[in-house]
Amino acid sequence: MSNSNSLYINPYSLRVNGANREVADSQVSESLLFVLRERLGCTGTKNACTEGECGSCVVLVDGVLTCSCLVLAATVVGREITTIEGLGIAESADEKLLDERGGLLPVQQAFVDEGAVQCGFCTPGLIVAVHDLLEANPNPSEGDVREALSGNLCRCTGYGRILAAVRSACEQMRSPL
Amino acid sequence: MTNVIVARSVDEALATLSEAPDITILAGGTDLMVEINRGLRQLNSVIALAQVPELHRWSIGEDRLMIGAGVTYTTMLNTKLAQAAPALAQAARTVGSPPIRNAGTLGGNLGTASPAGDTLPVLAALNASIVLDGPSGERCLSLEEFMVGVKRTCLAPGELIKAVEMDHLSGGQEYLKIGPRNAMVISMAGVALAVDRKAKQVRCALGAVAANIPRASEAEAWVGERINWDSGTGVDSVLAQEFGQRMAAESSPIDDHRSTAAYRRHAVGVLAARALQRVFSEGTNGYV
Amino acid sequence: MSCLQAAVSAVEHTSVVIDTKERSRDRGVGADVSRPDGVPKVQGRFAFSSDLWADNFLWGHTLRSPHPSALISNIDIGPALAFGGVHAVLLASDVPGQLNFGLDHQDQPVLAADQVRYVGEPVALVAAEHPDIARRAAEAIVVNYEVIAPLTDSEAASEAPPMHPDGNVIRRLGIRHGDLSLTGEVVVEGSYEVGMQDQAFMGPESGMALPEEDGGVELFVSTQWLHVDRSQIAACLGLAEEQVRITLAGVGGAFGAREDLSLQVHLCLLAQHTQKPVKMVYSRDESFLGHVHRHPAKMCYRHHADRQGHLIKVEARIVLDGGAYASSSAAVIANASCFAAGPYKVLAAEVEGLAVRTNNPPCGAMRGFGAVQTCFAHEAQMDKLAAALGMDPVELRLLNALAPGDRLITGQVITGAFPVAEVIRQCAQAPSPVLPPTNDYRDLPGGSGRTTKAEDTVRGTGFAVGFKNLMFSEGFDDYSSAACRVSNGVATITCACAEVGQGFVTLAQQIARTELSVDEVILAPAQTVTSKSAGSTSASRQTWMSGGAVQAACRKVREQILSDVGAKWDVSPDGLVLRDGMVVCIDGQRQASLAQLTAEQDYEADVVFRHVPTQTLDENGQGNIHVSFACAAHRVIVDVDPDLGLVRVRDITTAQDVGRILNPTQALGQIEGGIAQGVGLALMEEIVLDDGLVRNNSFTDYVIPTTLDMPEVTIAAFIEEPEPGAPYGAKGIGEPPTISSSAAVAAAVRDATGLSLERIPIRPYDIALADH
Repeated sequence: MSNSNSLYINPYSLRVNGANREVADSQVSESLLFVLRERLGCTGTKNACTEGECGSCVVLVDGVLTCSCLVLAATVVGREITTIEGLGIAESADEKLLDERGGLLPVQQAFVDEGAVQCGFCTPGLIVAVHDLLEANPNPSEGDVREALSGNLCRCTGYGRILAAVRSACEQMRSPL
Repeated sequence: MTNVIVARSVDEALATLSEAPDITILAGGTDLMVEINRGLRQLNSVIALAQVPELHRWSIGEDRLMIGAGVTYTTMLNTKLAQAAPALAQAARTVGSPPIRNAGTLGGNLGTASPAGDTLPVLAALNASIVLDGPSGERCLSLEEFMVGVKRTCLAPGELIKAVEMDHLSGGQEYLKIGPRNAMVISMAGVALAVDRKAKQVRCALGAVAANIPRASEAEAWVGERINWDSGTGVDSVLAQEFGQRMAAESSPIDDHRSTAAYRRHAVGVLAARALQRVFSEGTNGYV
Repeated sequence: MSCLQAAVSAVEHTSVVIDTKERSRDRGVGADVSRPDGVPKVQGRFAFSSDLWADNFLWGHTLRSPHPSALISNIDIGPALAFGGVHAVLLASDVPGQLNFGLDHQDQPVLAADQVRYVGEPVALVAAEHPDIARRAAEAIVVNYEVIAPLTDSEAASEAPPMHPDGNVIRRLGIRHGDLSLTGEVVVEGSYEVGMQDQAFMGPESGMALPEEDGGVELFVSTQWLHVDRSQIAACLGLAEEQVRITLAGVGGAFGAREDLSLQVHLCLLAQHTQKPVKMVYSRDESFLGHVHRHPAKMCYRHHADRQGHLIKVEARIVLDGGAYASSSAAVIANASCFAAGPYKVLAAEVEGLAVRTNNPPCGAMRGFGAVQTCFAHEAQMDKLAAALGMDPVELRLLNALAPGDRLITGQVITGAFPVAEVIRQCAQAPSPVLPPTNDYRDLPGGSGRTTKAEDTVRGTGFAVGFKNLMFSEGFDDYSSAACRVSNGVATITCACAEVGQGFVTLAQQIARTELSVDEVILAPAQTVTSKSAGSTSASRQTWMSGGAVQAACRKVREQILSDVGAKWDVSPDGLVLRDGMVVCIDGQRQASLAQLTAEQDYEADVVFRHVPTQTLDENGQGNIHVSFACAAHRVIVDVDPDLGLVRVRDITTAQDVGRILNPTQALGQIEGGIAQGVGLALMEEIVLDDGLVRNNSFTDYVIPTTLDMPEVTIAAFIEEPEPGAPYGAKGIGEPPTISSSAAVAAAVRDATGLSLERIPIRPYDIALADH
């Protein structure tokens, strides 16, 4: 179709997990979620609703928690995008901690240990959201945690083990190893 | 990237818009991207406003507040704006989840013009002026003038929403909203109340119960006469109930998949009665 | 003591009694072991079925019917083919084999040919180079529909003109038990209704098919049952089963919705036609249309009891709306009917169960499988009866609780463990949590909407008990298969059991460790080429069935090893045990490392594991049709804002019959997760239909519980009474949490409001606008 050509845009570059990544043959309408998953191979960011209702696709854009499905990819050129794959890696302060834990952040280890993971589809989004919450508030109340995670839907766990994992991660971060 | 333009200033945005009035304006993306992801909207070119610094500005004046169209819900919630316009902060806090509140903007809520838009009843109650800029210059409209129907505005081709100005009031404010669960909900019915002690008015507006965002002017007038403005008292439960009924009478809800007209009308009555009692009791301005 | 006797007792010790503390050290059965896929899942490295990639793959898209009922007069695919980047546009006429598919009954077209029977029914397929092109091309296909008035009333369906060649009645069954002339001194009646719930798993339907040189196809897909997918796909493609090679891709939850085919045949058709890899990922909107739902139910009940509260007779009529196609409706109505009276002794019962076709979306398996609907009704009846008798509702349940040796209304005598009374007692006796008044809106009805203060609320407590069968029933040849190989001291387990999040992968490793005293256990991918069927990941059956298969395979390997070592050492294998990675002779004189033994020679075994055979129902609905049962009780505390009809669940306490806990944390996770789905059904989850049209197929409008909707769950007790015949005595635990939790939430809201509330989900207007 003649009109389909105009939907494609020129190659551009995104900064993802500290690296510049070329995006070619992209259509105007592609979300950051789509580009991350289908063009850059960052499939850790999940696609569960594409309308901002589930939190499976959250990433950090310049450090701000963002639903990647609601970002038009070509509008975040030059911004620092951190996905689950890059979480903790770019943050030098955590490097020692990362090594000691075999590459897992405290929140990731807590999710594994506390049984917060079942099917795991919501897990990357939750890890990013909890990480973001604890960066801002290392000692959140139960209500704060529940409110902060109310946009991360999980269908398997009923949230009990997830909340336990958040509590455990808080404790660990207060007294790292 | 000729067909995705990330504007860096209002002037640049206006220049682009004047050249291509049909270009799609993208604010926080929380509504528009849903349509795009669903394939409901064909995109040829887009102008993104999220990185225009002027649109992120806000200021608190003695009588009026100015909030740039690009100010996010998170900003309305986490800055001094929350004290200056408590109901706006309350409304912002009911919008989606933290990442949604980080992205969604006041201008976007207006641009979408959904009757369920959470900030809109608050803006109506605060006598907001919506500042538009475009080919024929700036103009200021009330919400009633701006929002002409369900998801319809009078934004002209080439125009954009620049800022919103609203009253800075000292009296109590409340925004109450009903949804189908305890968080992450689209409004089934919402009530905004703002007390203007100087003008001796209780300003009342309704969300999700009409094709627009009605100010309940008859109920406002009725209740304004029954408050003892010197003491700030006079609101007992009988008065509150009757006020609620009058508010409900000024709603014109519909049945849809989210709820029924009858429930929405009933809910407006209950919410309005509670909101009235809260705005005239002490210490309830914040979220708790 | 002779070496032989000691050895026998030692072997029995390891195989029968599991000491949890002992086993926690070696990460075997009973231990709190973490999931083997936990680390990749928290890192985002775990590959789900939507994460697949192949060189030059195409995107598939499905064109679906916008009408609940219409004849198709003509389809023009020309406009779709005109799109650049489109590689195939397929219609029903392109299906080379059997035109229909279905789990029990092949009545559902792969693609609609001349008629559509529900909104969302697939009509055409497109493969293109970009998902957006595929979608737009599909939308460009011109389908001429002649719209027919849809049949949407399930109660009218059996008398209405047939909307399918197989008629509108999918199954009608009657249960007539005991002396039906009996009546009770106290009689209560009620009519109950359950809305259409969706499984709403997080990972939408997705997969990738690749053409194979032999004309076959390779499919990576998320499913609950690889082999039943394979037989249906092969039939529709006109291929031999061996030519369809399926590998389980990462599954983002299932809950019953992946038991039927969705995109499987479509993907394979597109791959075969284009000779390229084809990937499909449903959008959330499409997912709601693309899988079966929980059956909406309409139920009329009459309970008879004597003055002391003993149940005399239960009469029930149950109508399930099966939607347009049969799916597993026949089995769901059997469950709903068989468990219609609840886990109670009753002298007589007369139940009519009816599953019908309508032009509503097809319904099939969802967690609880028919028992959820009738539990809501029978528990409401029990509360009504208690009120009529002036009796405590918990006492009434205890008085009537079924126990081993009692008969179900199907005449089947319960032979296994079935601690109904204990479950009730433990749950009811658990101390009530202290819930101080709060002013935090997040803990109040209405939540973040700030609608409600503590003084606007009333509190209520509800109690409910439910049960259902474990595993497949009614004479189905239900089996699983597993293979075990031990090499260099490392065990590899091969089993086609679909891991959908439930944690079988953890249990399989634990079982192998316990049986073989190995540390490292590798799980081979679940594939049709390497395994025989493991049966479905449903009916709470995989811990028993595939767990049993893994256990049996490991034991067979152990026997071979011990037999070989015994021969070498000239002792009876009965005098040898496996301990800490060593083969040890009971005399304490000799030992050999398992790693060394299995470096010299691999040991392998594969087994097929079956449960005891079951019967079919006779003409009176009587028969030993089930294998085993599990029950649970829930006590729920709610705060209700009666003026607005808003509810906040404050506490849920549960006790569950689990047989034996194999992994405490995973058990807890299943229970909490199952309860959340029950809370959702009670208060918010419903596919809203308007004359056959689906009004809320999105996560914006189909709402499921968030962190602010789920309270803390308190486990009053896991009742561990080992189940004979089950591996380690463990029962499946996935479904009971969902069965009675909805009923308990509804009971609590009734208690708070005094309303009868005979329908779930309870909508705000059901409370706020009720006639008091």
